[in-house]
Amino acid sequence: MPNYTFQLNGETVTVDAPADLPLLWALRDKLGVTGPKYGCGIDVCKACTSHLDGAAINPCVTPTADVAGREVTTIEGLAGTWSDDPDELHPVQEAWLEQDVAQCGYCQPGQIMAAVALLRRTSNPTDADIDAIENVCRCGSYVRIREAIKAAAARM
Amino acid sequence: MSLGTPEHDTQEPVQHPSREHSRRQFLTYLVAAPTLAVAARIGADGLAPGTAQAVVPSLPAPAEVLDLGDALILAAAPTANLIVVTVDDAGRVGLALPRAEVGQGITTAVGMLLADELDVPLDQVDVTLADARPELVFNQLTGGSNTIRSVYGPVRAAAAQARARLLAAAAARWGTAPSVLTVSGGVVSGPGGRTATYAELSAAAADPGLAVVVATPKPPSAARLVGTPTNRVDARRMVTGQMDYTLDLDVVPGALPTMVRRPPSINGTVRSVQNLAAVKAMPGVVDVVTVATGVAVLAETFGQALAGKEALQVTWGPGTVDGESNATIQQKLRAATLPFAVPPLLTTTVDAEFDFAMVSHAPMETNSAIADVRRDRAEIWSGLKSPIVAQQTIAAELGLPQSAVTVHVTQGGGSFGRRLFFDAALEAARISKAAGKPVKLMWSRIDDMRHGRARAASFHRIRATVAAGQVLTFEHRVASGETDTRHGLGEILTSVAASLPVGGNLSFAQTIFLTTVHSPYQLGVTTHLLNEVPLQMHTGSWRSVYSANTRGAEEVLMDEIAAKLGKDPVAFRREFLKSDRFRAVLDKVATEGQWGRSLPRGTAQGIGFHAEYKSCTACLVEVDATDPRRPRVTRATIAADVGRPINPRGLESQLLGGLTDAIGTTFRAGLHIDAGLPLEGSYSQFHYTRQADSPRDARVFILPATGEPGGAGELGVPAAVGAVANAYARATGTKPRSFPIEFPVDFTPFPR
Ligand code: FES
Ligand code: FES
Repeated sequence: MPNYTFQLNGETVTVDAPADLPLLWALRDKLGVTGPKYGCGIDVCKACTSHLDGAAINPCVTPTADVAGREVTTIEGLAGTWSDDPDELHPVQEAWLEQDVAQCGYCQPGQIMAAVALLRRTSNPTDADIDAIENVCRCGSYVRIREAIKAAAARM
Repeated sequence: MSLGTPEHDTQEPVQHPSREHSRRQFLTYLVAAPTLAVAARIGADGLAPGTAQAVVPSLPAPAEVLDLGDALILAAAPTANLIVVTVDDAGRVGLALPRAEVGQGITTAVGMLLADELDVPLDQVDVTLADARPELVFNQLTGGSNTIRSVYGPVRAAAAQARARLLAAAAARWGTAPSVLTVSGGVVSGPGGRTATYAELSAAAADPGLAVVVATPKPPSAARLVGTPTNRVDARRMVTGQMDYTLDLDVVPGALPTMVRRPPSINGTVRSVQNLAAVKAMPGVVDVVTVATGVAVLAETFGQALAGKEALQVTWGPGTVDGESNATIQQKLRAATLPFAVPPLLTTTVDAEFDFAMVSHAPMETNSAIADVRRDRAEIWSGLKSPIVAQQTIAAELGLPQSAVTVHVTQGGGSFGRRLFFDAALEAARISKAAGKPVKLMWSRIDDMRHGRARAASFHRIRATVAAGQVLTFEHRVASGETDTRHGLGEILTSVAASLPVGGNLSFAQTIFLTTVHSPYQLGVTTHLLNEVPLQMHTGSWRSVYSANTRGAEEVLMDEIAAKLGKDPVAFRREFLKSDRFRAVLDKVATEGQWGRSLPRGTAQGIGFHAEYKSCTACLVEVDATDPRRPRVTRATIAADVGRPINPRGLESQLLGGLTDAIGTTFRAGLHIDAGLPLEGSYSQFHYTRQADSPRDARVFILPATGEPGGAGELGVPAAVGAVANAYARATGTKPRSFPIEFPVDFTPFPR
């Protein structure tokens, strides 16, 4: 099997995987990085949302080979993109805590990564921008997700 | 650990719950352990206070006398003494909760109860999920919105006694009376400025020789945290990716990612596998085994297990409902509907029929489990709401004694009723046994929707008779596909069914129906009858069980009765609601939601009300149906009275979740059964609510405490179903009769 080397949450990792193995399984099953969740495997639910070179991707449909030499950030590494202080969270994570968004929490790593990607594209997202986030929350935390994104935008 | 001598025993014979009796009775035990460990028991008669008071003088429905939550609480009462509060030598307060956390926030709420009772900060409390504990018998089932209702008494009793022991230990150390001591932040203070932490006192407090008076829990007026909006204790782990769901656990070295190829129709069987050797030779595939539910592929990664399962060529035997589709199921339900007693009279009756399609539970985390089955023992991890039944069934299946099977309850990624069953745990155990290897089993989303559990389809016929501005009769006949309750809920109900003021030989389903469904309105002679059609499909209770459909449909009809009487929907409900408590939540949403405000064409308000498990709620929404194919709830106002809110912030989440469920299932989310299988296999096909369907303006009002905690986990759905449907009806000028309202097959189904 080929080896692929990439940056993962600020560290260089090498994974031995078939080229077409979806990144989600390289992360979860080979590298033990379990923040990105499986919810569909076909780019619909967005529970796996992570970042590739700072933009949102869905690792369930991203071949591992595609990330070679690039920078992957999962929910575990998000705070590190904001601050070197290991106790400090990303402002979006802080907003999520303040608004008490999570219910079962399973969708929330993906929701947060999608929100961060949105705020990187537009610092002051409209309601329509937030509506365009397709991540499913089966617990129905959408109202608080919207509030948290707005609170984070104000804070950043 | 063994139970010690009772410190106090005021046990009296268990009394019938309908007898007026609100006094709590405690029996606490010191559990022999190196750290302080106190268990509490509370008399069954004290467990469901409010039961007697809820009786309405005129012909109460069964659910008003004894609701499902009461039944579960009564069934759990004999073993409530096995809920143990500990204080360790680091001063940390602990409790292993015999319930499942699936997002409802119970570990936070129970932590708040403990923190208040013991005077410690919330972050000094650890509430974990207990493994299956068969000695708890009926007291380890998460359902019927009963967690807070059932543990509120015992948890506080044990905590109060633990606090009394810590105070007694400090008093003994200082030679003073416990009554002069105070506690704050887990530190006991005494005369002369002396202080001692719980950490320093826990060992002495655990001394069986310590003289301790019996403590009773603090009065509600002493609450510090309870009743105050509090953020979730597990939220930080969730937002940093540190919360471990079943498949995130690294607990069994070498447990293999495993997926199952399932039949082309529900309950189909494996006849033969054509390309076993070829699939076994695929990259990463370690083993392929056949089990009762399909063919399992064990691999190095889930990606490879998935590729292997998809490559399998299997010859299948027929399933159990191959001839069924939504249309045939609807026909069967219509044919099974019991007749009305009152004949139709055009001038005075309001009649309606409603169809509700099947709905997947579709929790974000699909069915999953870890199983490590050995020759002489087995260990299982899964998000389980009925772990004892799971343990018993798996032990029987594996031919092992129950004591050789350990079942760990993991945090679940949503449930909505799904995790009352242990399908994944049982299947993982079978696969692990067949392959002789530990496995991590994950269902694909497609399988989770097609072969997972779902709310049964239902058909409703309702007839009301009106005359002279009054409602004289209200009859509701429900025909439903069978709702599977074989997770042991039935057993629980059996033990208390005799308490029901209804004779006859009720089926479990009818018992649940009768213990959950009742009308909150004075509608004259009111009858609810359920008939179930046995369809061998995978069903299960779905958040609010029968009430979402049954009460949702009734709320639609309430608007139509109001129209027939020429009354405003809110004024009509106000007039006919059974209590002032009910009217208070209705008034709250009418005021806060500005009932009757003028709205643009194509947009309208709708109202819904629901009462269950000693709680009540009203919901007012505005729906923009300018595009009737894509209606949207634009604004929502919810009010709830849950008797005593423990954590109003968590309660708001539950109510918003109920609203979100109602939006999805009323407008667009359902299952199309076709040739014995749901066509839906993805959230792109099963149209559950997304952000773009969710209101931009939503407010929740929690009314002040009026008594003991009621149930709240399922409360929000039925009122919101009514409100959403009614707003849509007014916005479009239609009478919704079939749910979901917009329900075409607007996708290409995945191959079977
Ligand atoms: S798991 Fe990646 S989008 Fe659903
Ligand atoms: S919090 Fe449970 S799915 Fe979003």
